[in-house]
Amino acid sequence: MSSDILLQAQGLERRYGERLALAGLDLTLARGEILGLLGPNGAGKSTTLRILSGTLPPSAGTVRLGGVDLLARPLAAKRRLGYLPEVPPVYADMRVADYLTYCGRLHGLKRQRLLAAVTRAIERCQLGEVRHRVIGNLSKGYQQRVGLAQAILHKPDVLILDEPTVGLDPLQIRAIRDLIRELKAEHAIIFSSHILPEIEALCDRVVILNRGRAVYQGALGAPASGAHEVLLRCARAPQAERLTGLPGVLEAAALEPCRLRLRLADAAAAETVQRAVLDAGWGLVEWLPLEQNLEQLFVALTHGEGAA
Amino acid sequence: MIGAIARREFKALFATPLPWLLLALSQALLAWVFLSRVEAYQSQYQPLLVTLGSGYGATELVAAAFLADARLLVLLLLAVSLLAMRLLAEERQAHTLPLLLAAPVSSLQLVLGKYLGGLAFVLVALLLWAAMPLSLLLGTALDLGRLAAALLGLLLLAATLLALALWASALTARPGLAALLTFAAGLLLMVLRDGVVGADGGVLAYLGLLGHYQPFLMGQVASADLAYYLLLTGGLLALTVRRLDALRVQA
Repeated sequence: MSSDILLQAQGLERRYGERLALAGLDLTLARGEILGLLGPNGAGKSTTLRILSGTLPPSAGTVRLGGVDLLARPLAAKRRLGYLPEVPPVYADMRVADYLTYCGRLHGLKRQRLLAAVTRAIERCQLGEVRHRVIGNLSKGYQQRVGLAQAILHKPDVLILDEPTVGLDPLQIRAIRDLIRELKAEHAIIFSSHILPEIEALCDRVVILNRGRAVYQGALGAPASGAHEVLLRCARAPQAERLTGLPGVLEAAALEPCRLRLRLADAAAAETVQRAVLDAGWGLVEWLPLEQNLEQLFVALTHGEGAA
Repeated sequence: MIGAIARREFKALFATPLPWLLLALSQALLAWVFLSRVEAYQSQYQPLLVTLGSGYGATELVAAAFLADARLLVLLLLAVSLLAMRLLAEERQAHTLPLLLAAPVSSLQLVLGKYLGGLAFVLVALLLWAAMPLSLLLGTALDLGRLAAALLGLLLLAATLLALALWASALTARPGLAALLTFAAGLLLMVLRDGVVGADGGVLAYLGLLGHYQPFLMGQVASADLAYYLLLTGGLLALTVRRLDALRVQA
């Protein structure tokens, strides 16, 4: 699976004037994988997806789509890309089938292939009964599905979906989820959401963003085989390097001066670390084992600052 | 690619009532202007021309005068201002621009597609307007060469104004503002010649749009005037491409 890397982003950074919206984000995504981008509102999810889709250039960093550099050869890279922005980019005055035909033309599809692609997209997104209706008269759910049909039309390698289920009713959400799961086989999918169960239900991996930084990157649902993660808070700033050296500590990453995320090999390591913290006089304030529970993880990682 | 964008643009224009209304109303208003010209020619100029044995005729005094009429030029300006509301400003307002930006389409292709789509609409309007002076052929002989030159001039003038409209449309996401910008800038370019002392009018008159339109009306197709319109159009389109690239950076 990892051999077929379709999306690779390195050191993405984006500034809006003084404000840093995104700082040092790295991502990789392989075919058959769904990556969830999670974060509170304003965390930089949409900024990230816009950079990845080539509609917003990063202030620093590189993006490669299927091995093609997005900034150096944008047209070649964008052929491999399907993008559904936050607001579905549909023309209210067009009919569904005409709109999709137009989108296909924009991606260079012609005649038979164009017709086949439109028919397939309409089928997949269940737009059959509205195909001759004017998009502006459709419900939000249908418009969202038209937007999704547009994104998958040209069978892109990478599918970027910005909050694809916003504004849909529960049944439609389920239909979209099923569709995304179905699309997984052929595409690499990255989608954002602030709805936790949705990410849990769909994603293989998750990236949690907070204030423009990736505070967590990891697999979801993988059984913690002895190894587990812990969030450590001290009264005085601990030295992460000293903890990394301890037996059983696989990784120690500082989230903030006084907050560390530790990856431990076994339960014995926990004791070792706790003793080390006390011995060093850093003052153990909080010891929070992170289970593979997304909600707990999310809250711990994004709402910690106020207390710290 | 360019063709697909242009075609959609052209179709989308006719999907709303505004352009239809514009075509119908401008046709009705200009018919009034045209008929009053014909009336004046028949009752006043024709007897005079016969008495004087002048070489002037309907081509100069009706057809060319109609195409030079300030009311026609203002309606043309109004039409391109309306297009300025649509072309790019509306895409930005309706959040449909990301579709084009994320597609494998370059800024140049996008601008040319939009421009040609708008130009097709302008062409429809001009053809309808041109039908009026051409209808004189039913009753009299016209200097077709001269009329063709005048219509070419009008097309070039309209093409330049449309490029201005496209640029204005890229400058702002507010359709109303884009229209106002186009109208004001277009009017300014048209009246630059006015109020300038001297027969030639100096630099300002040279820069003005209408100074280069006059020779066409008199049947002269000079390469200097052709170059003026084409350069101005090309320059404005280049500015639009640059603006669109800048939008990709900021937006």
